[in-house]
Formats: sequence, structure tokens, C-alpha cells
Amino acid sequence: MLGRAANGVYWMSRYLERAENTARLIDVGFHLALTRGNKHSQDEEWKSVLTTTGLVGNYCRVHGGFNGPQVFNFLLRDKDNPGSVLAMVENARTNARMVRNSLTNAVWETTNEGWMHLRDLLARPVRETNLGEVLGQIRRTGTLVRGALEGTMLRNEVFNFSRIGTFIERADSTARILDVKYYVLLPSAAWVGSSLDNVQWDTLLRSVAGNRAYSWLNAGAMDSRGIARFLILDGQFPRSLVFCYDKLRSNMAGLAKEYGGETSAHALLRATGGALQETSIEAIFEMGLHEFLQDFIGKTSRLGSAIAADYRFNE
Amino acid sequence: MTATGGTNYDEMLNEDGSVRPAYADFRKWYDSQDKAWLKRQDAEAERFFRRIGITFNVYGNDAAEERLIPFDMIPRIITAREWRKLTQGIEQRVRALNAFLQDLYHRQEIIRSGRLPISALRNNEAFLSQMIGMTPPGGVYTHIVGIDLVRTGPEEFMVLEDNARTPSGVSYMLENRETMMAMFPELFTRIPVRPVSDYPRRLARSLRACAPPAYDGGKGGGTRPTVAVLTPGIYNSAYFEHAFLADQMGAELVEGRDLRVVDGRVAMRTTTGYKAIDVIYRRVDDDYLDPLSFQPDSALGVSGIMDVYRAGGITIANAPGTGIADDKAIYSYMPEIVEFYTGEKPILANVPTWRCSESDSLAYVLDNLAELVVKEVHGSGGYGMLIGPAASKKELADFEAKLRARPDNYIAQPTLSLSTVPIFTKEGLAPRHVDLRPFVLVSPEGIDITPGGLTRVALKKGSLVVNSSQGGGTKDSWVLDE
Repeated sequence: MLGRAANGVYWMSRYLERAENTARLIDVGFHLALTRGNKHSQDEEWKSVLTTTGLVGNYCRVHGGFNGPQVFNFLLRDKDNPGSVLAMVENARTNARMVRNSLTNAVWETTNEGWMHLRDLLARPVRETNLGEVLGQIRRTGTLVRGALEGTMLRNEVFNFSRIGTFIERADSTARILDVKYYVLLPSAAWVGSSLDNVQWDTLLRSVAGNRAYSWLNAGAMDSRGIARFLILDGQFPRSLVFCYDKLRSNMAGLAKEYGGETSAHALLRATGGALQETSIEAIFEMGLHEFLQDFIGKTSRLGSAIAADYRFNE
Repeated sequence: MTATGGTNYDEMLNEDGSVRPAYADFRKWYDSQDKAWLKRQDAEAERFFRRIGITFNVYGNDAAEERLIPFDMIPRIITAREWRKLTQGIEQRVRALNAFLQDLYHRQEIIRSGRLPISALRNNEAFLSQMIGMTPPGGVYTHIVGIDLVRTGPEEFMVLEDNARTPSGVSYMLENRETMMAMFPELFTRIPVRPVSDYPRRLARSLRACAPPAYDGGKGGGTRPTVAVLTPGIYNSAYFEHAFLADQMGAELVEGRDLRVVDGRVAMRTTTGYKAIDVIYRRVDDDYLDPLSFQPDSALGVSGIMDVYRAGGITIANAPGTGIADDKAIYSYMPEIVEFYTGEKPILANVPTWRCSESDSLAYVLDNLAELVVKEVHGSGGYGMLIGPAASKKELADFEAKLRARPDNYIAQPTLSLSTVPIFTKEGLAPRHVDLRPFVLVSPEGIDITPGGLTRVALKKGSLVVNSSQGGGTKDSWVLDE
């Protein structure tokens, strides 16, 4: 396949994943706003949502204050925000259109329909009353496209590049969410067992759609190490770092098989993925959670660059 | 303007209002349908098109706006007998076009013989000096041709335009049929309509039959010549069609930035390295094809492709420089051109054309501007033309000034009484003017005409402009089996 087409399916999947992750962060911010009366702490939450998405700088250039509707409209549809959900779904759709020949009709149509629907929903400012509908539609678009890929695509290079895009983005996203909130997982004498901890932990789990799964696995009991282990090392949880790297390994192996050889990206993947397999949560805390995550984010980004270079995404 | 329903020929109805044989079966079916259900189907068709993304981009509108070409669900029906005559005429014309191009870029016998004035070539940007003395692989210049036909009477089909560069619209021919078959399957069991769906396969075969000398006959691993479709990209008005054809042919859809010259071949950047292309179906204009030979700032083409082409390393379809054959000034000479190269009288008539570059013609055109259609010699897509009978006094005066300033930039034709075909409206069937673009494939194996084509229809009552850029729509075009 063309290098440009590989780049297209890769980014199509990354953008859709990112749109969905942003929607989830907004959902959490909104949920907190509903459960907390204190205006100041609400604003802090919205600010932290912006920080997690890496868009706080862009936001502050055009807006003052962090009131909820202003923040979520910025994240969803602001023309001044190149990273808005609408822009990302549009990017995904543009990429899909560019590589339409590599996709099945089902994948193209779900992507195109998802975009058309969101474009209409986001044509006017979103209010608190229809925020739920908008966020639901964003998640649905991601879910439907993944389902169409899963159900209709040949298991070939196109499929593998698409999945690689999804899991690079997801690994990066989970690591960033953890890194912005890593301090709530640190043992702190003052907070241990407080209700504040529980709310913070619950928020963190919700941000990666892991609250129900975690509760189920742990019979409702929460502790900071358990949560960190779950989000980083649990091989069953589809947004954990280990899970994302497992998937990357299998999709990269698919490429190596189809092309008859490995590339430098395979070596990078083996190094980072292997270390992740072997480490323990104790070792991570020993190293420092923040340091570990920063290192992981850097390595994942280098892996993405190596894939782009090895498979000639660009000239 | 010709009054609709007045003097023009209606393809469905006789003058006494009875149904012509071509439409008899269809009309019987139509009359038995629930009209409310038909209206729902009509609305459904638009949703279907939008969902699968059959859109085109309109120049001059919002950059990213994608529009649908309106689809009308009443088919345009052509009988087997009519089609036989059309195909003979089209084949003759396309043979002449290729012979004409071969001659123009070599000995120019037609000019030596005095049948075509040298002035028709001079200062004509469509004539490419880079092609002089060059014979394309297989001797084929126009691999894909779209001949625009209009009808003015029961036996009168005329050629309005030859599209010898990169005719578009074939994806609509295919999708319109798909849509009709999905919406009204029972129609196709009742009425024997010749299929069009194998056009992409025929196109692929036709292109592969034109492989360049450098094609290694499959020794390099591939069992067939590698074909790629070159598109300017997703913002081009016909991008959907480029992607569609590549997909249906099983060819790669490439952009200029995917290509470069490697070891004397044009090669595309794949995930595992550069791979040579044998035949490139380019949907990029001559000017943008090679920044080294033409527009130096073009990012849409491939630097050095013309050198590779001349050395036999690639086949370019259509060949560069074919535009000279569909130039509107050359068009007026087509009857002579057909006769010169085939030794036969043209089967299909030309529309009478005045060349405004000739002073007698110019005088006539200026005197009769209000009755004529005036077109730019190099224009296309219905832009920059004047329809005399529909123009205001001011528009006529403005155009007269343009004509006087640059007469050789224009040709004029009588306002034709185009045939009508019914469209579906909320009030029932209503006649509208149509044209027809059949698609013709040329290879050393022969000339292949897909039975059908693209019918374009002016949706506004009385309008004669069928171009999609000007609010026209399309119809499924049926050629009935014997």
C-alpha cells in the first residue's frame, strides 16, 4: 500500500480515538461539576481537563476563566481550537476520504455518517441540557467505526496500521491522564482514606472508562496502588498501558509477517513493551510515578515516529 | 429560448401525447406505482448518495463544500436501433480524433492539404510542442473519451462537444444505475436494459493493453501491468470519481507527492519502498503534469514524468496534448477532420458553428447575438458562456464588448431545440432538456463503448444548461437490449 495511505488510516484511527478520549474527559468534568457545589473546585477540574488534553495554552489565549460551558464548547467545537472534537472528527473523515480505497464501504460510511451527525449537532453552541447527547454521539462514532473495522476489514496492512494508530493514541492518552492526576495516587498522610481521595480516584477511573471494571475486580475497595496497577499493568483492561502495548505488538507482528521482515520500530516496541511486562507497581513507585509516565510518553511518541519513518508515511 | 413542450422533441411522448415505444414498458410500470411511495423513494435516493459520499466540490463556493449532483429517478431510455447508429458514429469520430492527433504531432498532413488552417494551431495552448514527434505506447492518444451528444429530433443526434482530455462523470453513470437497481429492482426484471457495471473492468483492461515498452511482461513479479490513478487530491471536484474508479479497477489512487522518478521509471512510494507504475490514468491537467516541462510551481504532478514518457517508461492516459482535439475552435472543423482521416462522411452531425475569428462570421454573430449561444474557445463546464435568448439587454451588451475585444476567443452556435425527457416532480412528470455523454475506451485492441452513458438534465423548467456546476442533474441512461 502507499505510504501516504498508511499514514491516512493511522491518523484516521488516532483522531477518532482522541475525539472519544476528549469526550470522556468532558464527561468527567461535567460529572464533577454536578456533584460539587464549590465553584472554585469546579473551575479547577475544568482546568485540569484542559491540561490533560494539552490545550490549556490555546484556551487561555482566547478565553478567561474556566466556566463549564465555555470550556466544553471550546473542547467540542471552538473554531479557534484546532484540537476540538469537531476538528478531530473532521480530520478523521478527511483522512478516511483520502484513503477511501483502502477502507471497506462500512468503515467509510460509519466514519462519514458520524461526521455528518456531529457536524449538525455541533453547529450551534452546546448547552448543559444536550451535552449528554453530544458526548454519546462522539462515543458512538468511535464505537461504530471500530466495529466496522473489526467486522469488515481484511486482516492486512490496512487493518494493522489502523489498529496501531488506535493503540498508540490510547497508550498516550491513558498515560497523560494518569500523569496529570498522578499526585492523587501518591501516598499522602493528610489525605489517606478521606472522601476527597475517593472522589479523585473515581474521577481518574472514569476518565479512562475504568470505574466499573475496577470496582468489579476489587469488590468496590479502592486504593491508590491498586488503581495505578490497574491502569498501567492490567492486561485485561483495554485502556491500560500493558494492554495497548500487547495490541501494538500483535499488529506490528502482522506487518512484519506481511512484509517479510521487521523494522527499527519493532526493536523499539520490544524494548518498551518488554520493560512494561517485567516491571511491577512497586518498581514504578520506586522510580517515581511521574518520571515513569514521562519516560513512557516519550518512548511511545518515538515509537510512533519510527513507524512513520520505517513505513514511509511521508516523503 | 425554445419553449419547452413546444417545438422540441420529447423522447417519451409523441406530439399527440401518446407514449413512444421506447418508454412504453416503463410508463406502464410508472402509472401503476403509488405516487406517495415514489416521493419517498425520491427523498431516500438523496440520503443514499450523501451517505456513501458521492459528492462533488463546487469551485467558487466555500472551499470545503461538498454538494450532491441532483439525481432524477426517471430513466432516459434509448432503443437498440438508436444506439447502434450512435455507436457507429461515435466510433468513427473517435478513430478520426486519434488519427488527427497522430497527424498533428507528426507530419501535419491535414494542414499541408489545406483542410485545416495553421492558425488553428498557432497560439493554441492546448497544442503541446513537447509532444511533437512523440508516438504514445500503442499509438493511442485518447484512451478515454466522452462524446457529448444532443438530440433535436427522432433521428437527429448531434455532437455538441468532444471531451478528449479527462472526461468526468462516469462514476455517476455507474452509481445512478446502482441506485436505480436498489430502488426499483422489479423494473430491471421487466425491461431488458443493457448493463454498464463492467465499465471499470473494461477500463482496466483497456489501460493495461497500452503498457509502455518498459513494462517487463510480468517478469518483475507482477503478472499484469501496474495501473495507478493520479488525482489532484480530495479537494478536486471529481475526487469521488477518482477514488471510485481506482477502487473498482483495483488500482492505486496516487497523488503527485506519492510519486517520483526512480531508475528511469515513475514509481509510487509504498510502505515497503518505491514501486514502478506502468500505466497512469491521470486526472490532472497537462499544465500540472510535470513541473519540469510545464507549470514549474505545480505540486500535483511528477518532476520528470515527461522524460520517462518519451523514453517509453510509462503510458500516460490520456496522452498529454490531446486537448487540442477537443478545443472548440477545432470542433468547427470536425466534419472535415472525420472525412480526411476516415474517407467517410461523418455519421454524426456537428452543431453548426460560427468561428468569431472570421470577420464575416463575427458580423453575423453580432447581428444575431440574441438568438445564439456563444462559448469561449477554451472554456468548459458551462462557465463564461452566453445564451442569447435567455440574456438581458445588459448581458448582451457586455458580451458584445467582449466579442469585439477578443473575437478569436469565441465561437457561436444556434440555440438548439434540445430534446426533453420527463423528470419526477412533486406535481408529476415534467419535461426537461437533456444531453448524453457516452464513454468510449480506446486501446490497440479496439474501441469499446459502454451501452449508456451520463444523461445530464436541466432541472429548471425551460433551461438549456445541463452542467452540474450550473444546477443540472443526472439520470440513469438505459440502452434497451435487442
